Amino acid sequence: MSRIGVFVCHCGENIGATVDCAEVAKMAKDFPGVAFSIDYKYMCSDPGQTLIKEAIKEHNLTGVVVAACSPRMHEPTFRKVAAEAGLNPYLCEMANLREHCSWVHYKDKSTTLKAAELVRMLVEKVKLNTPLYPIKVPVTKTALVIGGGIAGIQTALDIANSGHKVIMVEKSPSIGGHMSQLSETFPTLDCSQCILTPRMVEVAQHPNITLYTYAELESLDGFIGNFKATIKLKAKSVDHSVCNGCGECSAKCPIKKIPDEFNAGLGTRPAIYVPFPQAVPNKPVIDRDNCTYFRKNGKCGLCEKICPTKAIDFSQKDEFITVDVGAVVVTTGFDIKGTDFFPEYGYGKYKDIITGLQFERLASASGPTLGEIRRPSDGKIPQNIVFISCAGSRDPAKGIDYCSKICCMYLAKHAMLYKHKVHSGKASVFYMDIRAGGKTYEEFVRRAIEEDEVNYVRGRVSRIYEKDGKLIVKGVDTLLNSYPVEIEADMVVLGTAGIANPESESLAQKLHISYDQYHFFAEAHPKLRPVETNTAGIMLAGACQFPKDIPDSVSQASGAASKVSALFSQNELTRDPLIAFVNKNTCVGCFMCQSVCPYLAIEKEKIKAKDGSVIREVAKINPGLCQGCGTCVALCRSKSIDINGYSHKQVYAEVMSLFNERSLEYV
Amino acid sequence: MSDFEPKIIAFVCNWCTYAGADLAGTSRIKYAHNIRIVRFPCTGRIDFMLLLKAFQSGADGIIVSGCHPADCHYTAGNYHARRRWIVFQNLLNFLGIDTRRITFSWVSAAEGAKWGHLVNEVVDNIKKIGPYTEYAKLGKIGIGSISEGNYARIE
Repeated sequence: MSRIGVFVCHCGENIGATVDCAEVAKMAKDFPGVAFSIDYKYMCSDPGQTLIKEAIKEHNLTGVVVAACSPRMHEPTFRKVAAEAGLNPYLCEMANLREHCSWVHYKDKSTTLKAAELVRMLVEKVKLNTPLYPIKVPVTKTALVIGGGIAGIQTALDIANSGHKVIMVEKSPSIGGHMSQLSETFPTLDCSQCILTPRMVEVAQHPNITLYTYAELESLDGFIGNFKATIKLKAKSVDHSVCNGCGECSAKCPIKKIPDEFNAGLGTRPAIYVPFPQAVPNKPVIDRDNCTYFRKNGKCGLCEKICPTKAIDFSQKDEFITVDVGAVVVTTGFDIKGTDFFPEYGYGKYKDIITGLQFERLASASGPTLGEIRRPSDGKIPQNIVFISCAGSRDPAKGIDYCSKICCMYLAKHAMLYKHKVHSGKASVFYMDIRAGGKTYEEFVRRAIEEDEVNYVRGRVSRIYEKDGKLIVKGVDTLLNSYPVEIEADMVVLGTAGIANPESESLAQKLHISYDQYHFFAEAHPKLRPVETNTAGIMLAGACQFPKDIPDSVSQASGAASKVSALFSQNELTRDPLIAFVNKNTCVGCFMCQSVCPYLAIEKEKIKAKDGSVIREVAKINPGLCQGCGTCVALCRSKSIDINGYSHKQVYAEVMSLFNERSLEYV
Repeated sequence: MSDFEPKIIAFVCNWCTYAGADLAGTSRIKYAHNIRIVRFPCTGRIDFMLLLKAFQSGADGIIVSGCHPADCHYTAGNYHARRRWIVFQNLLNFLGIDTRRITFSWVSAAEGAKWGHLVNEVVDNIKKIGPYTEYAKLGKIGIGSISEGNYARIE
């Protein structure tokens, strides 16, 4: 005979304000099999947990239903509570009164009735729960880091330094990411390359790190501790084991006019190229889309003729390798909107309206102008420059509601750098609000305004057009009662919105992780689990989760690395035993289940007679591989497969408890 | 018919639609209270006999919802559910089940608002169609006993 305990949580006001929790607890007392029922303000608090533990012991409960928030939130908490009271943790279930009831309905009798019905469903289910014991699986102590920007570099180094193996995959020919493109970094104005390049070299030389550049993740299978990743190594057309990086090929390549990605389109590069002088590895690849040899069927081939080490290999093919990893850290970074996104700023047709990233390249000593601020159109030094923040960001009309977080700071830095380089020049910044939250950030912006005399105008720019070689910037100053402001600028820099990588959606699908409405990857919990995803064993770091600056990316990267190290500190993982199993007596051996199992977890088992002869073959589920999707359960024609936690009996009981003649609405 | 409050049961997967419904909650999106959600690991787990059982227990409408194609937590469970639905739809029509009462949908973990819309849409739709009283008649001519028999066997 079941003795079920029902614990109804008010969650403060969250449930209590719309659902009459005391009434639910009272109704639950009358459900068949319920031995104890109570409501309490905060069930997850220490006194709440003690209440549950004592009730389990005192009333000798055989099952527990906690009616509170989503089981996706607190199921582990309450299962632990049950275990501490000596009850098998899998005899505890949660009814979702908060996310699925109190938060989505108005205060009404029907809402309380619904809450009671949800409790009843779970009471019926938990009566049929059986004690289960966690499954132990080994851990592969190698981490896969996807993306070689500053977040990926930090993650890889931290994991490698804690003694575990790391495989890093970077899609472009060099690691370094966006940080390598930056000139100087706020708020200290130290040179980005100077602090980044030593770390890039460290990654390449670290004995625990295997680096694959010009490579992409093809697919990921498996589960926490036991992933199988297939990596596509794109054909570099250069044998890096032979190449000595002399650069002869890049110098002689006849194709020279390809817009340079590293210089954000402000410079050009050849078809065989190293993205930038400090690249790691510092060896070229051939961009096959632009190379004459590949476009015109074997014509040219100049690099092959002049290469002193005979490293050029036009016949190279994309290669696929499979690696076993225990954890994955996604650090694929972000992208920014281009100037062509803004009709009011000329749709990108004015050459002297550039993005913040392009200004970084102009200001960088390794950039196309060797650090001199010159206009892209005629190479003149601009005497009047305008910076516009929130270009796209915080603009629901543009579909980007959020603040991109980094623009206020980098525009202040740009204005400062400009004033340091062009002393006579005038710099103005149009802003909505100055968001300078961070250690010494506010002081940095004040320095730009007060010491470097940057003209900050609070207001938006409605239009920019060209007139007599000048860019006419029309805006308002909202601090002067929306007084119209018109500036004749030589150059305009847009602090364009930081957006998700274009490939983030397809990558999320490969990894089975979720992403938000802007296609940034979703963390497991916005506050308490900011570096994990909802898929166990996959972590996030850096701007692929949301635009963030270097200090934030690095902290998140170290956070992700410590999560991975914690995972790797165990030799075995315990896994939920919610997996499928076969009833050998009724299995007819059709093996339809084998054809639908995505994990190849179903094996054939021979049933033998005493003399060793095979009587028949039946299905057998490998508990190490089964992930508990239950597709085989629904498919099995003789109903011989069932699944722990969602068994036939349990789900039928749930459904039947809802609407049968005893249903609450009809009492 | 205006005071008819339909009883809708939703069979959802844990990873996408259940999380999407959670998101509707955290976003405080209000929707009709007529829905009762049953959690499954995956839509691939959903046996169509359960749908019959739900109608038999008095449901007026059913929602089956899981991850979008290609987003399945278990790689392919949602594809199996989709195929099963295509096959069973014909069978259910043949048996005389009103398949307008079954809504098949994809709601991801990021689509809290879509979940709210879906529930309201289904509730409105079922309100128009009316209570599923015909099912009881079907029961007399055999469907009920088939699903009853099935349940008896697995017990």
